[in-house]
Amino acid sequence: MIIDKRKFIDVLAKGIRFDGRKPDEFRKVKIEYGVTRSAEGSARVTLGETIVIAGVKMEVSKPYPDTPDQGGLMVGAELLPLASPEYESGPPGDWAVEVARVVDRGIRESHSIDVKKLLIRKAELAWTVIADMCVINDAGNILDAASIAVLAAMRDTKFPKLVGDVVDYKTITKEKLPIKETPVAVTVYKIGKELFVDPTNEEEGLADARLTITTIEDGTLCSLQKGGESPLSVDEIDKMIDIAVKHAKVLRKSL
Amino acid sequence: MTTTTYKKREDGRKFNELRPVEAEVGIIKRADGSARFKIGKTEALAAVYGPRELVPRFMQNPKRGILRVHYNMMPFSGSGNRVKPGGNRRSKELGVVIRDSLMPVINLNEFPNAVVDIFIEFPQTDAGTRCAAITAAAMALADAGLLMTDLVSSVAVGRIADKIVVDLDYSEDSHEEGTDIPIAIIPSTGEISLLQMDGFMTKKQLFEAINEAKEAVKHLNAVQMKALKNKYKAEE
Repeated sequence: MIIDKRKFIDVLAKGIRFDGRKPDEFRKVKIEYGVTRSAEGSARVTLGETIVIAGVKMEVSKPYPDTPDQGGLMVGAELLPLASPEYESGPPGDWAVEVARVVDRGIRESHSIDVKKLLIRKAELAWTVIADMCVINDAGNILDAASIAVLAAMRDTKFPKLVGDVVDYKTITKEKLPIKETPVAVTVYKIGKELFVDPTNEEEGLADARLTITTIEDGTLCSLQKGGESPLSVDEIDKMIDIAVKHAKVLRKSL
Repeated sequence: MTTTTYKKREDGRKFNELRPVEAEVGIIKRADGSARFKIGKTEALAAVYGPRELVPRFMQNPKRGILRVHYNMMPFSGSGNRVKPGGNRRSKELGVVIRDSLMPVINLNEFPNAVVDIFIEFPQTDAGTRCAAITAAAMALADAGLLMTDLVSSVAVGRIADKIVVDLDYSEDSHEEGTDIPIAIIPSTGEISLLQMDGFMTKKQLFEAINEAKEAVKHLNAVQMKALKNKYKAEE
């Protein structure tokens, strides 16, 4: 479907979208756990027609010299060319890097994972949690889908067994990741003077600006990212945060 | 060549038995054609884009469209450490042999200067990925509505010690007395469009293995056909 920008603004002002949703209405979210046996934890998130898979691999290595008492955390995002005619093979583009960094910061800055509990021996050996998110079908709003998918995969993760200093990937223990917070990202989009959430890929392409707001359970903000070429007023940011907190609560419950 | 006996498969399968298979078509809505094929713990997703204009233009063929296959493992899909994204020599080679295995059944004469891209991704792997890729890609091409003379079905066969086995998993693929032969077959003619081998084999054993592969792909082909028909049944 090709949507005209002018018409989209007009219908949003009347409180409805082309697919029948209200401006601040999400599509149906489905979260499935344990979708790949190769990862130590995994989840598939379906948001309308958008599909993303996240998987967690657990590795051991020497801690960084400046944080000898901590393990590591890494979040990657792969916008696979399989997922959209607009993606291309090759090194990650600007958008892929931005998605990965926004999800990574949401999880890191909320201290979601207690990295001190990933330590095995001080300055010698620690676990690194590597979460990768892959887009299977990009039907819009992969930022929010990615954030939920990575959280779900982390919740699904169990440590593999450590034999000496080597990981035995065939033997999985019952021990889960030390998760302290559940930082959920919700992106609010702006077009003209209208605000809306969870765009389809057509709607996403028309938006003037967006603000990704990551919040923890009590509503405290832990990461922000503004995107798009138009500016935002303080009043708009105020409204966007309220919208994001409201949806984050609902999304957190679906985990 | 060998003195030991391979008595029993770890997962309890018969020597000529495939792992459980699942197939589904049309799973990626933004693609022109798509499919999912799962065999045991190996799962391939394939998406077809095109025919579309090929850039850079010097790569275009004015006589017919070209087919490109991109093989990639998701970072968490390996059996050990994380797979570094971005591809390597192995994934390049696999893209080439998978394309060659599909070329005999696909006709792109109507699309000069165009390209059809197939992207194949694995959420999880347990050996036999190139075979799963071919089986999935053939379905995705058919789903895209491209002109084809047949599907292609593929399985790995091989030898472990004294036994010919069908559909090796990772533990068998890495067996020290194992030989792995990925084969792709065009069901209607019985012709072979992918043939590779790593390990030792007598000529007699090779043909025994090829015969086992021919039997096994009958089932795979039926699964492919059913998945394609299911999609159109669901749309009625």
